[in-house]
Amino acid sequence: MDEKHELVGRGNRDGARLFREWFAELSKTADDGGQSAYVFVMGSINEILKVFDLPVVFPEINSLQTAIRRVAHEYLAEAEDYGYSPDICGYVKADVALQLRGGSHPMGNIPKPSIAVLTNACNTYIKWAEIWHRMYDIPMVTIDVPGTREAHSKTWSGNPQFENDRRYVEVQLRELIVTCEQVTGKKFDIDKLRVVLGHANAISVGWKKVLDLNKSRPSLFNALTDGTIFLGVANGFRGTETGATYFNELVEEMEYKAEQGIGTLTEEVYRLIFVGVPCYPIFRRFNEMFTEWGGTFINSTYLWFASGGANRGFEYDVDKPIESLAEGVLISVRDAMDSMFHQDCALEEMLEDYHVDGIIYHPIKSCRTVSTGLADVRRHVARKHDIASLFVESDMMDRRVVTEAPMKNRIDAFFEGLASRRRRSLIK
Amino acid sequence: MAYAAGVDVGSTQTKAVIINEEKEIVGRALVETGANVIKAAQDAYDQAIAACGLRDMEVEYVIGTGYGRYKVTFGNTQVTEISCHGRGAVHVFPGTRTVVDMGGQDTKAIRVNETGEVIDFCMNDKCAAGTGRFLGATAAALDIPIDELGSTALKFTRPVRISTTCTVFAESEVLSWLGKGKKIEDILWGVHQSIASRSAGLLRRVGIEEEVTFTGGVTRNVAMVRSLEEKLETKLNVSEDSHYMGSLGAALFALDYIMTSRNPCDAKEVPH
Repeated sequence: MDEKHELVGRGNRDGARLFREWFAELSKTADDGGQSAYVFVMGSINEILKVFDLPVVFPEINSLQTAIRRVAHEYLAEAEDYGYSPDICGYVKADVALQLRGGSHPMGNIPKPSIAVLTNACNTYIKWAEIWHRMYDIPMVTIDVPGTREAHSKTWSGNPQFENDRRYVEVQLRELIVTCEQVTGKKFDIDKLRVVLGHANAISVGWKKVLDLNKSRPSLFNALTDGTIFLGVANGFRGTETGATYFNELVEEMEYKAEQGIGTLTEEVYRLIFVGVPCYPIFRRFNEMFTEWGGTFINSTYLWFASGGANRGFEYDVDKPIESLAEGVLISVRDAMDSMFHQDCALEEMLEDYHVDGIIYHPIKSCRTVSTGLADVRRHVARKHDIASLFVESDMMDRRVVTEAPMKNRIDAFFEGLASRRRRSLIK
Repeated sequence: MAYAAGVDVGSTQTKAVIINEEKEIVGRALVETGANVIKAAQDAYDQAIAACGLRDMEVEYVIGTGYGRYKVTFGNTQVTEISCHGRGAVHVFPGTRTVVDMGGQDTKAIRVNETGEVIDFCMNDKCAAGTGRFLGATAAALDIPIDELGSTALKFTRPVRISTTCTVFAESEVLSWLGKGKKIEDILWGVHQSIASRSAGLLRRVGIEEEVTFTGGVTRNVAMVRSLEEKLETKLNVSEDSHYMGSLGAALFALDYIMTSRNPCDAKEVPH
């Protein structure tokens, strides 16, 4: 096997290894009684936390890992026994149970938080952080990022409204720095921030490039399965040299696959976009129900909003680190929010570029933030474009509402329709 | 003469249909599905074969459909009942553009084109409210044979409003209405209206375009037909074949396969 060919699959292998190393570090921190920051995927502000050497804990990732490892039901039941309603976000409940268990997680021990940093990208974030605040009496810093809320109304650098919004974020970031200094007892080092921002730039640029490269036919990675591994690294290692190296190498791998025409393991018959949060309780099986028909996911809104908008590829100006960080947070988190609220705009742009055959909408029971409005998005896109779509509902955590047989029935019927549609187009 | 078969293994009943190459039904059978799904499929198929006096080897292609389609072990391939109901409905009623299929555990709203291909569909999700099971639970609560539900309901004078959407809780709500002295027929019509409302909601999600064809086991319930027609404000296509529409659609797909195999230039083929 030639050296170049060994590139294929490297991103998945290294991603899995980095994940294990990350959780091993968290376990060590927990065992040593060290400090940590609890953050969220939609605007982790990892860049500042890294300056203070604070290990970051993503409770959303902890929770989804319990589902992938098929123990989420134990955590959910424990939180419900504690008094949480079955209707509350599964991620929150799994985390509450994890805290009640003293941080015990299938991948190791999770340290207690020293600070919680969040944005307003999800309203549940705020209620969730309040739980830790009550449990551990820690500072809870909420960065209020002005969202557009109305499609096609974004302002950009140079616009007075944008500058107002950017300064509003910047002030909050400066307050976060002061809080971090108080929590860690360390002095803020702006030169260290410049280095961190440089690494974050490499990750954002790499992430955007990787997503763009999947326009290739055949597609180079499965956005649902492989993409989730890449996403984990993009979040957990944001602002680190390790993360920057990983994404440089991932771009190299994808470019090689594009040159060689190496697609995913699936024989690519139908190119699909996934909208929503994955069905983690049957993560692999869910994907198989599509690949069995030759369907592969070439992109996913999850890779946008759950990367905190890093998919935009925004690059910080390291000469104006805090000002530029504020601009990046504003643009990226705003984009993460738009990826949930104005998905139709982005989806419509992708249909042609990515040669899309169908869109899979996956609303989930326990997340209103990503699920509300999907029916409207579907209706809107269908009205304007002749594109097949499937609405398949389940959950990202709770296997009680994940029923494989009816799900497969819908998926099979969707592909039967796609096959008919393709035959008709050939006859025309 | 070529013969094709469709076997629809539903959650409650299994239906088999044999058709000839003129697309005429020459044999059919219906059995309770029960716990042994493989046996139910085989029994239904055997009875349908016997009904038309054919030998097994004369049936060239068999397609399984329904939830138990992968348990039609003697079948050649599988097609979902969503595609099959659409195909069957347009075959029996060529003007069909919307299908409502009400079975034992689910209700489907299906939009089809003039050839019976599915354009869009929607189903009840993770819950048997608005399905035949809802009627079954009501029949059990009222101790009435399920076949008499429809005719009894049509005797209503002052119907009650059933508010629960849960099949399990419906039983207690029905009993509470009985406790308040309401007549059985008034309660039953309320149950039918409740189911019709949920089905109409599903249909609206895919868009209602006339003609609307009603398929599945619940088509035999005259009150369900009437309450759906009132709710949708349109006449429904219903026939004695409605209960067999899924298996008929499967048989039609099977016949396509036979004909395509004989003449590869024929554009039609099974969805797989």
